[in-house]
Amino acid sequence: MPTPSFDAIVVGGGHNGLAAAALLGQAGRRVLLLEASDTVGGAARTVALAPGFRVPEIAHLANRLHPDIVRKLDLERHGLAFAATNLSTTSLSAEGRPLTLAGAFGERLEGDIADSERAAWAALRGKLLRFAGVLAPFLAQVPPRLKNGGVADMMTLGKLGLGIRRLGRDDMREFLRMVLMNIADVLDEEVGDDRLRAAVAFDAVLGTSLGPRSPNSLMTLFYRLAGQANGVQAATAQPRGGMGAIVAALSAAAKAAGVTIRTDAAVASILVEDDRAAGVVLASGEEIRAPVVASAMNPAVTLLSLVGARHLDTGLVRRLSHVRSKGTVAKLNLALDGPPPFAGLGPEGLAGRLLTAPSLQAIETAFDAAKYGRFSDQPALEITVPSATDPALAPAGQHVVSINAIYAPFRLKPDSEAGRDGFEARILAVLERHAPGIGNRIVGKDFLTPADIERRHRIPGGHWHHGELSIDQMFMLRPVLGLAQYATPVAGLYLCGAGSHPGGGVSGAPALNAVSRILADGKAAGGKSRR
Amino acid sequence: MRRALPREHFEKPLWHTPFHPRIAALMTHEQWYGWGGYLSPQVIRDEEMEYFAIRNAASLFDVSPMVKYRIAGPDAAAYCDRLTVRDVFKLKPGRVQYTAWCDDDGKVLDDGTLFRLAPDEFRLCCQERHLPWLLDSAIGYDVEIAEVTEEIAALSLQGPTSYAVLRDAGFAGIETLKPFDIRSFDTAAGAVTVSRTGFTGDLGYELFVPPAQALDLWDLLWNAGQLHNITAIGFAALDLARLEAGFIMAGSDFVPAEHAIRADRRRSPYEIGLGWLVALDKPRHFNGKRALAAEKAKNAFRHCLVALDIDGNVPAEHALVYHRGKREVGHITAAAWSPTVKRNIALASMTRPYGDTVVNDLWVEIYALRELVYSKSLVRARIVERPFFNPKRRSATPPGVF
Repeated sequence: MPTPSFDAIVVGGGHNGLAAAALLGQAGRRVLLLEASDTVGGAARTVALAPGFRVPEIAHLANRLHPDIVRKLDLERHGLAFAATNLSTTSLSAEGRPLTLAGAFGERLEGDIADSERAAWAALRGKLLRFAGVLAPFLAQVPPRLKNGGVADMMTLGKLGLGIRRLGRDDMREFLRMVLMNIADVLDEEVGDDRLRAAVAFDAVLGTSLGPRSPNSLMTLFYRLAGQANGVQAATAQPRGGMGAIVAALSAAAKAAGVTIRTDAAVASILVEDDRAAGVVLASGEEIRAPVVASAMNPAVTLLSLVGARHLDTGLVRRLSHVRSKGTVAKLNLALDGPPPFAGLGPEGLAGRLLTAPSLQAIETAFDAAKYGRFSDQPALEITVPSATDPALAPAGQHVVSINAIYAPFRLKPDSEAGRDGFEARILAVLERHAPGIGNRIVGKDFLTPADIERRHRIPGGHWHHGELSIDQMFMLRPVLGLAQYATPVAGLYLCGAGSHPGGGVSGAPALNAVSRILADGKAAGGKSRR
Repeated sequence: MRRALPREHFEKPLWHTPFHPRIAALMTHEQWYGWGGYLSPQVIRDEEMEYFAIRNAASLFDVSPMVKYRIAGPDAAAYCDRLTVRDVFKLKPGRVQYTAWCDDDGKVLDDGTLFRLAPDEFRLCCQERHLPWLLDSAIGYDVEIAEVTEEIAALSLQGPTSYAVLRDAGFAGIETLKPFDIRSFDTAAGAVTVSRTGFTGDLGYELFVPPAQALDLWDLLWNAGQLHNITAIGFAALDLARLEAGFIMAGSDFVPAEHAIRADRRRSPYEIGLGWLVALDKPRHFNGKRALAAEKAKNAFRHCLVALDIDGNVPAEHALVYHRGKREVGHITAAAWSPTVKRNIALASMTRPYGDTVVNDLWVEIYALRELVYSKSLVRARIVERPFFNPKRRSATPPGVF
């Protein structure tokens, strides 16, 4: 058998693939990273939109980049810096009464709002952040094994229990009462202002197949609030140079760690020999061998398409084929020949997040359409103007606008397929209502529905998280029972993408956990090459 | 045309098999039971006469309720090989494999027979229904799966004179059919697929026809069998014969993994005496292989299945097995006085190491109801080889004429 020239192959060059490759390279492995498209970065990349305009193709905010990734890979030395942290969120109002949640998760409310609401919000915000803080470690570490677990597994569980206990008696009861609630019920109990309720509910459901009244929609908010930016919990940030700066820093770190990066190298299959991963075969037919293969691609794609069901047990195949992964977020990127004409917004507001959701009920109504396979009539939008933070993204005086629009269901009713253009038009109509005249300034655009995201990025269902974030697909059940430890039944094959715990968002946490598993397995087998 | 909506379903909760008219005509005791949703005879006239027909003449048992799946397509062999624990690439067209299949944890879902009817066509016969499992197992394979239980009528013709019955019924060339062979025969009842298989451990055959030919086949065998003492039998007689043959039954000797509510009731093939089927050496993956290889490597089997010869003549049904008369180490899953080997036989599920390395000083506690009073006796049991009864005529080719 010829000696493999690589110790490990990482499949997929999104941020998790890059992070995994860089971490493995740092640990002394000779690593090859394979990316199917012509650039790395996946859903976190920044792309050209029109001559002189660059825009974050899909992910447009940093709110959960794992501090260990930044530290271990020394991303700051590799060029990562934040242009703006603690971005504000402004709930736009067609009646000219915008409400701004300034600081991390509305530390301060700016706008015309009753004092009683301010007090109620301060109490609720504090509670939600405390509770999310308890879950935060659990949402970062390797999920514990309940069967055949070791000391570390018990510690993880114990620490969660201890964290809940440490909340004190009243808060602990409140935490346990609330943890499986939906965000609408939580808000019904605590706050009344429609703009505020809409802003919080939007954050809970964005990127999921949930409406505010869907079960568990508080858990997805906790997931979001457990993140941090630049050391501040629940904060949102813009890297200098846009989201692409994270990918650029990760690439630089990977290269510095000796990782070989190949783009335009789609993996057609993963080689399995004697029940072990032995390398990959590219779409070109080229065979590359390595004793460790780490896939940042979707778990179901990795195992069912690249490995193949015949190397797996039926029960596992059944679970993988049942993973719910249907995206709901469409992305509209615009190049403007002037500033976006949002009324009454100062430069700081423009640099933050802008939401257009008149009320929680409006989001629920928008979700109803998605539930029945149609695009929402009145989409709710999360708008950022990346060029407001980083002018280099557009020619002087001009701007790029990046919009997440919900709901755009992946699975459409047959007669709704044609609704794609209509949905885009409705997004633009909503935009026009809040920024009159913006339509006339568009000089370039890119519109992506979940189906487009699936096609372009090989993400099943175009789902941000490579699998719905819901209790039955989280923690020890992510991506499915039996795969939560990042290892697969095929020895030497690991999962290191967002489909694994904790999930999506530009965090690098799945890669971090997967690499710790790979290195621990390597140590257990004695010697790094494990031949 | 619209079919009438069902309304009289409650009057016949069990279906009739294609052979029902003949069996019903012979039935004197009305001892029926439900088998897989079909009305099946427990005893037709006399349990003992039916049993002795299996061992001394020819018995005819309706196995139409046996669950049957058709597996066909270019990947059929690869599919069956991944599904089951044996090496299906060693199964030639025209041959039958006794086999078992497991879940991811290597626990037995069922045992059954796999017929390779053609290079790309198989028939899986078993006790339990498995369509969802079979369909999910087909993900990634170019194969079609269908349950064909209703489309195939089946008879089991078993006993020393079964060969003579078929010969006289015009099954030309039947004498060359070896154990586990399948072949199609042109007969007065049309084309009949015959396999030399059965559940009695005796010389015997199983015959398969479309339901429309069922009664013709029955009549053909019945008429040809008169001189050979052909007897229609119920399940009671078969159950005794299968115990003598040492065959296990899903639901009796093991709990199919999908039915087990208690996780510790599931059994790996090694734990129910089917370890010999498990082809860990086949160079391809199959369901449960990793779990089974680990179990074997660690010698981690928690149970074993043994054959017991028990003192006395009182059947030890449902009895507990003790070591040194004190420690409970297993339980009897099937037991009977064997009229043929004249021994008090049983199958028992034991907790290792009992039955495996600790094999002496085993006792069985038998409760026998004697005129409304239980008499309890603790009697010796000795582990013996399975099967209890294995006549040469079972595998002789050409078969003898008795």
